[in-house]
Amino acid sequence: MDDRFAYALALGDDALVLGQRLAEWVSNAPTLEEELALANVALDHVGRARMFYGRAAEIANDGSDEDDLAFGRDCRAFTNLLINELPRGDFAFTMVRQFLVDAFNVPFLASLARSTDPAFAAIGEKAVKESTYHLRRSRDWMLRLGDGTSESHDRAQRAIDDLWGYTRELFEPFAAEVRLASAGVSIDRAAIEPQWRRTVDETFVEATLSTPTESWSMRGGRDGLHTEHLGYMLAEMQFLQRAYPGQQW
Amino acid sequence: MTTEPMPLFEVFIRSKRGLDHRHVGSLHAEDHQQALEYARDAYTRRGEGVSIWVVRSSDIVASQEGDSASFYDPQDDKPYRHATFYKLPDEVKL
Repeated sequence: MDDRFAYALALGDDALVLGQRLAEWVSNAPTLEEELALANVALDHVGRARMFYGRAAEIANDGSDEDDLAFGRDCRAFTNLLINELPRGDFAFTMVRQFLVDAFNVPFLASLARSTDPAFAAIGEKAVKESTYHLRRSRDWMLRLGDGTSESHDRAQRAIDDLWGYTRELFEPFAAEVRLASAGVSIDRAAIEPQWRRTVDETFVEATLSTPTESWSMRGGRDGLHTEHLGYMLAEMQFLQRAYPGQQW
Repeated sequence: MTTEPMPLFEVFIRSKRGLDHRHVGSLHAEDHQQALEYARDAYTRRGEGVSIWVVRSSDIVASQEGDSASFYDPQDDKPYRHATFYKLPDEVKL
């Protein structure tokens, strides 16, 4: 597999899977206003996936398009990070996950905007503005939940404890990414950890939440080894294109 | 689980530099900061604005329908207050 294709695909999968999880809040969110906001963030991620998949399809140059990549691949072919595919859980879980990922995405996309590959750089430049807003929102929710009622605090803390082990994978470069680094195409994701950690620690302190100390961690998404949840999510997301291939409306 | 409704905010958006802020609608939010963010998501998604104001609906003092006789009617029969005797160039007309 071409390294640039694999890189575009992995970043596209990250965005699409998280976008789908966020979109599951539509018609389920606590208030109408929050539902609109969540749907906006979801659409930003889906739009980002489209750009990465479009780039991947361009590199593959085999007649496939972004829809084939989104709806025509099975679980094992998806290479997204595990943290993005976990079920949306309660509102605290969704917002804590979003915060942890946003805090990573802002510095990551800012670096991607300096990629020597102009297509990746353009996506990074567009997406970093979106993620800066996402982080503003999710960080705000950390403070509201953590420093809110005892119920909201407990739910936020539980979500942090459940998610913490999935954050290691954010900083683990995968094979194609490592090979693309010397040409300046890919970003050194391991180098982003100190900045991410600073954002997270500062926010948690302000939100009266604590950073877990356990060291367990989960990985495998980049190799197509997923949690049991991704299959169900894809089954729902891909149903229409699977039942009626090439259907448009 | 909170059952108390969040306060209502009125949203004003300025669509272009040089224009006035216009009332576009209202929304519920916990406080001003959240109201501003929700307003951004609810009302500016298609490039509608360059500036947003939010204000608590309860902070707006409004004239009352019942006062209209004393508030507005007396102005209708004072035509000299209207500058109708000037010719306005087309560019100036609204």
